[in-house]
Amino acid sequence: MDPVLELRGITKRFPGVLANDHIDLTLEKGEIHALLGENGAGKTTLMNILYGLYDPDEGEVFVKGNKLEVNSPSDAIAAGIGMVHQHFMLVPVFTVTENVMLGYENLQPNGLLDRQTAAARIREISEQYHLEVDPDLYVKDLSVGAQQRVDIIKLLYREADIFILDEPTAVLTPQEVDELFTIMRKLVEKGKSIIFITHKLREVLEFADQITVIRGGKVVGSTTPQEADQRLLASMMVGRAVELNVDKKPADPKDAVLKVENLVALDDRDQLAIDGVSFEIRSGEILGIAGVQGNGQTELVRVLTGLAHPVDGEITLLGEDITGASPRKITELGTAHIPEDRQRDGLVLNFPIVDNLVLNTYYIEPNARGVLMQQDILLKTADDLINKFDVRTPNSVTTVGSLSGGNQQKVIVAREFSRPIKMLIASQPTRGLDVGSIEYIHHRLIEKRDAGVAVLLVSTELDEVMQLSDRIAVMFDGKIVGVLPAAEATKEQIGLLMAGVVSTAAEA
Amino acid sequence: MTTSTKQMNHGAFEYTSPTRQRTMGVVFLLIAVMVFGFFSRGLDTSLVTTFRMSPGGSDVVAPDWIIPSSIVINILGFICAALGAYQLVRGFKNWTNLVLGLVAAFFVFSFLTWAAAEQSLNLAGLINSSLIKAVPLTLGAMSGILCERSGVVNIAIEGMMLSGAFVATLVGSLTNIWIGLLAAVIFSGLLGLLHAVLSIKYKADQIISGTMINILATGMTSFFSAKFLQKYQQLNNPGRFPTWDIPGLSKIPFIGPILFSNNMFVYAMFVFIVVLTIALYYTRWGLRLRAVGEHPKAADTLGINVYRTRYVAVVMGGMMAGFGGAYFTLGSVGRFDEVMTAGRGFISLAAMIFGNFVPAGAFAAGTLFGFSDALASKLAILKVPIPSEFLLMAPYLVTMIVLAGVVGRTQVPAADGVPYEKE
Amino acid sequence: MSEEKMQKTKAKEPKKKDAGKVFLSELSKSSTTVTILAIISGLILGGLLVALTTEEVYTAPSFGEGLKVALQAVWKTYEALFTGAIGTPSKIVAALQSGDAEAIRRAFNPFFESLVASTPYIFAGLAVALGFRVGLFNIGAEGQIFIGALCAVTAGIYLKGLPHIIHVPLSMLAGALGGALWGFIPGILKAKTGAHEVINSIMMNYIAFRLSEFFLTGLLKDPDKFIPVSAKIEESAMLTRFFAHPIRFHSGFFIALLMALLVYILLFKTTWGFELRTVGANMNAARYAGMNIVVNTVIAMSLSGALAGMAGANEVLGINHNLAVAFSSGYGFDAIALALIGKSHPFGVILAALLFGFLRNGAVQMQLTAGIPIDIISILQAFILAFIAAPAIIRTIYRLKEPDFEEAGVKLSGWGGN
Repeated sequence: MDPVLELRGITKRFPGVLANDHIDLTLEKGEIHALLGENGAGKTTLMNILYGLYDPDEGEVFVKGNKLEVNSPSDAIAAGIGMVHQHFMLVPVFTVTENVMLGYENLQPNGLLDRQTAAARIREISEQYHLEVDPDLYVKDLSVGAQQRVDIIKLLYREADIFILDEPTAVLTPQEVDELFTIMRKLVEKGKSIIFITHKLREVLEFADQITVIRGGKVVGSTTPQEADQRLLASMMVGRAVELNVDKKPADPKDAVLKVENLVALDDRDQLAIDGVSFEIRSGEILGIAGVQGNGQTELVRVLTGLAHPVDGEITLLGEDITGASPRKITELGTAHIPEDRQRDGLVLNFPIVDNLVLNTYYIEPNARGVLMQQDILLKTADDLINKFDVRTPNSVTTVGSLSGGNQQKVIVAREFSRPIKMLIASQPTRGLDVGSIEYIHHRLIEKRDAGVAVLLVSTELDEVMQLSDRIAVMFDGKIVGVLPAAEATKEQIGLLMAGVVSTAAEA
Repeated sequence: MTTSTKQMNHGAFEYTSPTRQRTMGVVFLLIAVMVFGFFSRGLDTSLVTTFRMSPGGSDVVAPDWIIPSSIVINILGFICAALGAYQLVRGFKNWTNLVLGLVAAFFVFSFLTWAAAEQSLNLAGLINSSLIKAVPLTLGAMSGILCERSGVVNIAIEGMMLSGAFVATLVGSLTNIWIGLLAAVIFSGLLGLLHAVLSIKYKADQIISGTMINILATGMTSFFSAKFLQKYQQLNNPGRFPTWDIPGLSKIPFIGPILFSNNMFVYAMFVFIVVLTIALYYTRWGLRLRAVGEHPKAADTLGINVYRTRYVAVVMGGMMAGFGGAYFTLGSVGRFDEVMTAGRGFISLAAMIFGNFVPAGAFAAGTLFGFSDALASKLAILKVPIPSEFLLMAPYLVTMIVLAGVVGRTQVPAADGVPYEKE
Repeated sequence: MSEEKMQKTKAKEPKKKDAGKVFLSELSKSSTTVTILAIISGLILGGLLVALTTEEVYTAPSFGEGLKVALQAVWKTYEALFTGAIGTPSKIVAALQSGDAEAIRRAFNPFFESLVASTPYIFAGLAVALGFRVGLFNIGAEGQIFIGALCAVTAGIYLKGLPHIIHVPLSMLAGALGGALWGFIPGILKAKTGAHEVINSIMMNYIAFRLSEFFLTGLLKDPDKFIPVSAKIEESAMLTRFFAHPIRFHSGFFIALLMALLVYILLFKTTWGFELRTVGANMNAARYAGMNIVVNTVIAMSLSGALAGMAGANEVLGINHNLAVAFSSGYGFDAIALALIGKSHPFGVILAALLFGFLRNGAVQMQLTAGIPIDIISILQAFILAFIAAPAIIRTIYRLKEPDFEEAGVKLSGWGGN
């Protein structure tokens, strides 16, 4: 029997990048096939080609032995291929029914939309696969997990056989992840086949039937969970045996730098996001904040850096009350901030590097005298910092937007670390970076800690938090549900806390 | 279960803003104070206001409506105050905007009663005139709705309407008014196509593209008007659509002459309102159009052609504006004058926003704006010491207030104005 | 795939070294070629329009004849446009030879009149360009011009007995303040409520028109006249004219150049400008860097309004000496095209404003001698604007190479303000 899906020699070039280099992939019926690779390895590009969002430069796609021309998503959908994207493809102001029927509408005999029939089918599908989705609700009112299930229903509604799930667990709690995998098992039982894109080794080993590893746009090997282990997969993924631990001396914490007491804050939709959080960070230690994305970490950082104001509570930095203070005041007190979304908040992409390096010090001597900017001094300082922080760029007037992600992050680090700081707030500092850059950033963070800076590290990568932190605070649903010394914490323990299972963790 | 907990939390923290509730209460009370202070104070209690109930020239006569001025104003003021008090104490919650509309209506009616005290005001004529003035505004706003619901900002309604008015006159003079109308629709559709090509294919900024079409339309119509229409007057004489009485309905007193004794454009407007509403909310086409305006990428992944959907919407938007533009010549004065739309395209834009991007809302807003326009021309007759210019500013002020979120947020399509980049 | 995309966007704007090099660096960029070709293409299309609307072309006996007539019509049009804008060389020579001062002034008048026409364009173009740099679309320059003129005229009429040296700046300032107020309102609404400045400034335009109508039919109306027009301003409030009749060239032109220089220094040399441009380029990053978005947005819109207001003041203090209804005739909208052609750079704006001023002035002569309605200028501007807004059209027509960097053109958000 032919495999359900076969990719042969798929090649895709972007200007200056070979995103996919002759990739072969075979998906058998009823299989969960993990496509494992680092960010930027070319997994998503490959799937977008399969789904008709990109045109491949070379290569062929076969579905059940027949060659398939995919020029648009419609072709893929017609061939029974469906995709759940990393960012859900849902219209928030539409109901579940409208979202599901969109592009595949049921019509009444008079030509108008038949929402009833569609809703009935959604209920049926929902029941059959235990998806628990109410077709009449608006998508904007659903939880993240439920939204993802709506995206899955969309595929079932179109009677897809081949499911592509792109990083489906990134935004889910461990419990939601388990639910998702139950659903995936159910799908496979009913004869569907799944390609499952991820960079998380644990999930691959636990849930996949077959594993294909991609690195730098090439397939570097195929294996099964039975034959592989974490270390092997990791080395396949990054191309060399990785050091899973970061070298660091034990912390030597001194005086408290930042004190947060009973903090309450809303998110930008005026929903309660931080619900009575208290903690302190001392000079010379790293406090890591672990948690599934969307449990208040973003808002916590925004409030601590002055980008948002709390509704209640008190923040003290170096003995000074900074509750509701402006970002500028907090920065001037000696706080550095590596923002979560570097392109959105941390950089002006079409400004040159030199301007980005003084983004928050442009008005201070010697960068400016009075209101006049001192261009010559700025250029000279920029050249020094580019050397010192190893930013790879032709020169200091290159726009930051043309740098790679790693070098963009280095520009931010150069800017934030080059002034005297006492407090460092690093939010997702390595998100989307290559391994080299990650190591670089990690070392710099430890260096600052050893120099006596108080460091707050917020990351959704549990491994990162565990490796770097001296103490770990876990956030769930706007609260800190536990603070553990990093040396004693186990992954299981933190995982349970992240899921909000407080009592169990306390017993453990 | 974690998911359900999160969902519940999400719901639990949603609350209605107490600030808004209080602001609205104060607004209602202020209106009540204004009713008492401006209209009731110093008004002789023996005066009566006479509203005439059939428009001038109509042969369907309805009896005049005579009310005691002072009593009516005081009652309306008292109701406003009561509503304000209730809003402050308990709040009307989801009904707030409706109550706001009611209070505003009471205010306007008190004003009319006061202004026409001891005199008579032709209420039917005023309403009929508001309706007629609402026609181009509503049609223009629906042009905007078609474009913006698909995610393309259209500030070129003015230019499209102006071109429609011109082409309708020129072609109408050469042939007949129906072909003139058709030509106007087609030509403005082509302008829509131009806007679409620039903003969808070439990803030009949509506001710049719209500005360019406005400048082009002004230039072209004035150029051709100066070069040809002024020289050959017969090219500027297309005739007008006649008034059609709807048999039976037009004989109903008061309502008949207002609603059922108009020219084709008024009826067409109502048909378009209904058709567009059904098309947007109850057809496959509308669902896809709105999806493209809200989340084009999602639509794309479901096999919907984002570009084609937008092209069709913007061209149709242009055609709608052309139809509305033809009203100025074929439906109203019967000749073309340079820059005759005089900013009505921009009021249409305002009506679209004020009407919350919905056809019925656009009509309501258009009628309201038409009313302020109609009233402005009556003020001089009523000898009210309010300059008509200030009433004519009303649409603009109201739009700014709405946009500022004082009366609640408008539901702007999420991807409006954002060019779609297929990766 | 943002990484790949990023690599296409290369160095957009190296730091400007000094004022003199700006012209050179602007010239060397390929986008300048597009601008020039856009202007040429606009002129060609305009010529085509003239040819196609010349009736004699269709009544010509043969195709060849028709073509000849068409070319003659186009030639006549552009010749009239040129001599209307610059002057007729033969007349200039004759006048110089005659030595008659009045004749010389008349011969040179078209050129000076073009500079006069350019002056409000410089102010208004700077206004729109400043907005663009801060990520704001000030489509309300037209209304700000009206309010500026209204305030300037009021100051010009009602302040009496002041010396010229005080009265002129004071009236100019009144115009600037009026415009600033008209920009401030959409600015503060944008900053505080997120309401889109495009819609609000369009609304402010019409409020301004109504308001000036109100004043011109009431308080400001010259009681001796039947039409709604204000009284004449005091002599002491009039901008200095440098030559005798008929040359109307006045000091406003130099004030405009000075403003361009000031805007340049503000934007590119000061910390205030750094903040303004950062807010324009990435509002979130500006907030992160401790800049005050509200203040910067409001300041930018107010300054932009002030510049537009000065355009209005310049017209009434320099040329009209009174205010009539609808005196501006679209300077504010033309300014949008102009700012884009000038790449939102103060010195680019000067060049573009000169182009528009010469076109506009030349068109008056063209209407008289060639019988081509002056409105063709709007059409030309629309064509040029279309080509500038969609440079890919020009690149395709003229087979230009794709630039190795993507231009960070004007990018605005939708009505939602996201």
